[in-house]
Amino acid sequence: MYQGVIMSGFGGQGIISAGILLAYAGMTDGKYVTFFPAYGAEMRGGTANCSVVISSEEIASPVVAYPDTLVVMNEPSLARFEASVRKGGLLLINSSLVAGKPKRDDVKVQYIQANEIAEKMGTTKIANMVMIGAYSKLTGAISFEGLKKSLQKVFPRARQEIIDLDSEALKKGMEAV
Amino acid sequence: MDEKLLMKGNEALAEGAVRAGCRFFSGYPITPQNEVPEYLSWRLPEVGGTFIQAESEVAAINMLYGASACGARVMTSSSGPGISLKQEGISYISGANLPIFYANVMRGGPGLGNIAPSQGDYFQATRGGGHGDYRVIVYAPNSVSEMGNFPKRCYDLAEKYRIATMVLTDGLLGQMMEPIEFDFEPVDPAKLPEKDWALGNAEGRERRVIRSYDLRPGYLEKMTLKLAEKYKEIEEKEVKFEAVQVEDAEILLVAYGTSSRISKSALMLGRKEGIKIGLLRPITLWPFPSKIISDLSERIKKILTVEMSLGQLVEDVKLAVEGKAKVYLHGRPSGGIPTGEEVLEVIKKIMKS
Amino acid sequence: MEKKVFERTKGLTEILMRYCPGCGHGVVHRLVGEVMEELGITNRTIGIAPVGCSVFADEYFNCDMIQPAHGRGPAVATGIKRVRPDCIVFSYQGDGDLASIGMAETIHAAARGERITIIFVNNAIYGMTGGQMAPTTLLGMKSTTTPFGRDPRVAGYPIKVCELLATLEAPAYLARVSVHKPANVLKAKKAIKKAFQVQMNDQGFSLVEILSQCPTDWFVTPLQGIDFVEKMMIPFFPLGEYKTIEGKKETVKPEPKKVLETV
Repeated sequence: MYQGVIMSGFGGQGIISAGILLAYAGMTDGKYVTFFPAYGAEMRGGTANCSVVISSEEIASPVVAYPDTLVVMNEPSLARFEASVRKGGLLLINSSLVAGKPKRDDVKVQYIQANEIAEKMGTTKIANMVMIGAYSKLTGAISFEGLKKSLQKVFPRARQEIIDLDSEALKKGMEAV
Repeated sequence: MDEKLLMKGNEALAEGAVRAGCRFFSGYPITPQNEVPEYLSWRLPEVGGTFIQAESEVAAINMLYGASACGARVMTSSSGPGISLKQEGISYISGANLPIFYANVMRGGPGLGNIAPSQGDYFQATRGGGHGDYRVIVYAPNSVSEMGNFPKRCYDLAEKYRIATMVLTDGLLGQMMEPIEFDFEPVDPAKLPEKDWALGNAEGRERRVIRSYDLRPGYLEKMTLKLAEKYKEIEEKEVKFEAVQVEDAEILLVAYGTSSRISKSALMLGRKEGIKIGLLRPITLWPFPSKIISDLSERIKKILTVEMSLGQLVEDVKLAVEGKAKVYLHGRPSGGIPTGEEVLEVIKKIMKS
Repeated sequence: MEKKVFERTKGLTEILMRYCPGCGHGVVHRLVGEVMEELGITNRTIGIAPVGCSVFADEYFNCDMIQPAHGRGPAVATGIKRVRPDCIVFSYQGDGDLASIGMAETIHAAARGERITIIFVNNAIYGMTGGQMAPTTLLGMKSTTTPFGRDPRVAGYPIKVCELLATLEAPAYLARVSVHKPANVLKAKKAIKKAFQVQMNDQGFSLVEILSQCPTDWFVTPLQGIDFVEKMMIPFFPLGEYKTIEGKKETVKPEPKKVLETV
């Protein structure tokens, strides 16, 4: 099993922390993982993206040039990364914020109204968790248990009710697909 | 020994240094190594160590010169432009036979360049970088685990040989996260053997002088020839490398750090297609694994170096091969990061030629 | 019965100094050596020799010594003092070393309030390299790189180090003295002693600027050199204490504040 994932969106959408959670959960599940954030000028306010690899075998290159899954959290990310997705890969689109449709017909496309779902739960801040939940369900690359166990590790300063809310958002994401 | 931690490369480097007994750090902010000083600014006080944000890289390395002269395990880190500034101090430290550890988290150059991962500082690291005849032991990790575990090796060698040691890494390894397990017990610097050359309280002993100069005719030559003896011993004893599937290889990749990970991807992809690819990864860039490369070039007639530079490692490979095999280069400078697929294409072209 | 009236200080080694006739370095060395001996700190003092004529200071001072790169003395001193706070650390520097190439290190060590002592010998010239302009060369003064005299439109103005450092919060003791006359030598010794005591009492950063003669590179006789200090240097670089403190410097740790809370 090998999954190269790119997550992309605006700064502030929790792209980086969602990526770390993904990697942590993979590690908790006993997989090999790498996480690499786009860093520097573009991480302040502009777009944010990161690459995660989850694999049952040792990971050679941590560079994800052709993702198996692209998690699209905003409009510009679709334009930027659509072409790079591997044939037969998965495009996971936050349709709350992305109006455009992908041009590719050789990949699976899944729309999720992540912001609406999150808003109903009280805050759009957990839209990233909804997307991760959906990702987990669709690919099976990481388990819900792995994600749940990792929340406290990735957000060590978060209060229990926030952790519970994140966990709930993961579940809602799983149910949405 | 420890539970598995998911750590950023830069933080693993910093934590690894502290566990290896580092108690003094001075540095100056520069991307992509900022997590190192940020981490140590709270971690060192926790273990009774000193963290100083210096006014410049020049000051930072000279603070190391003083702290190291007193026998402390010391560290600084930077990226290319800052390492350039530190070369003055590194030369003095080398001339004065002081043990230090530092890291270069490489970014794109020359000049201010960019902050993307790069490997353009290979010459600077392996050729000394500063003025005069000297060498620095250079470790090149290719995983977060090695980022955390190599500082210990560097300190041990630094003190064994009284030499400057460094980790040469890049923005990708510095910024990425991977699981890590530390493979050594934390070092208590108070329990290390006393250094019979360190400055401090001279009560009951002769006064000690640390200097990197000798103006008397002929004396400096003798001093530098002593350095040469040390360097020779290091070249004989301290070479480290990793060889992957070289036994039946028809083409040999040579790459270090990030580009060795990418090369391994190419190797795995190529092997699936039946191309017999091997990989030789220098773990120490100086001393360089010349002998193994020379030996392999007796049998493998096509050698490709993969590096994120215009071609620096390739020169050491050519020196080792001595014309016994054809040496090719795939170089991506100034922030260009090759992919496994891209390297495989290059390999296929070479195999056809 | 003969009575011993003068003895070479044990703060210096037996090695004969190689300074030019009329040079001030030898006097300053002796003063530092005497102060170390009188304060009983020679064994636990670590000295830093500069690059310049007094590069050989590492042979002359009878304590542990280190010789760093040009201008970096205060940074090296910082590293030493932080690792060995039990030791007394002094950095001996000339004007080019301290106020030109090492100005950043000087100002920042002072601003951090490093518990170190700087002995700053100002002779308004680069000695060892052959009489080039220093950051303290006076206006109109000839040097091998200002052959027509220092012109401020070309080479700017000399820097007054004590006055500059006195604007900082952290320094505990700053003084300017000279060694051109016996009375001044005695005052210089007092200042050097006080600077070391400030460090021993953990009061903060201390620096003594010593106006000194360089007849060789001024192209004058030793006697004319003394005259030059008196008539030309002292009027521009007034002698005196620029900062002194009584008691320990207040070092209460401030509460962490967010940016907005500080306004």
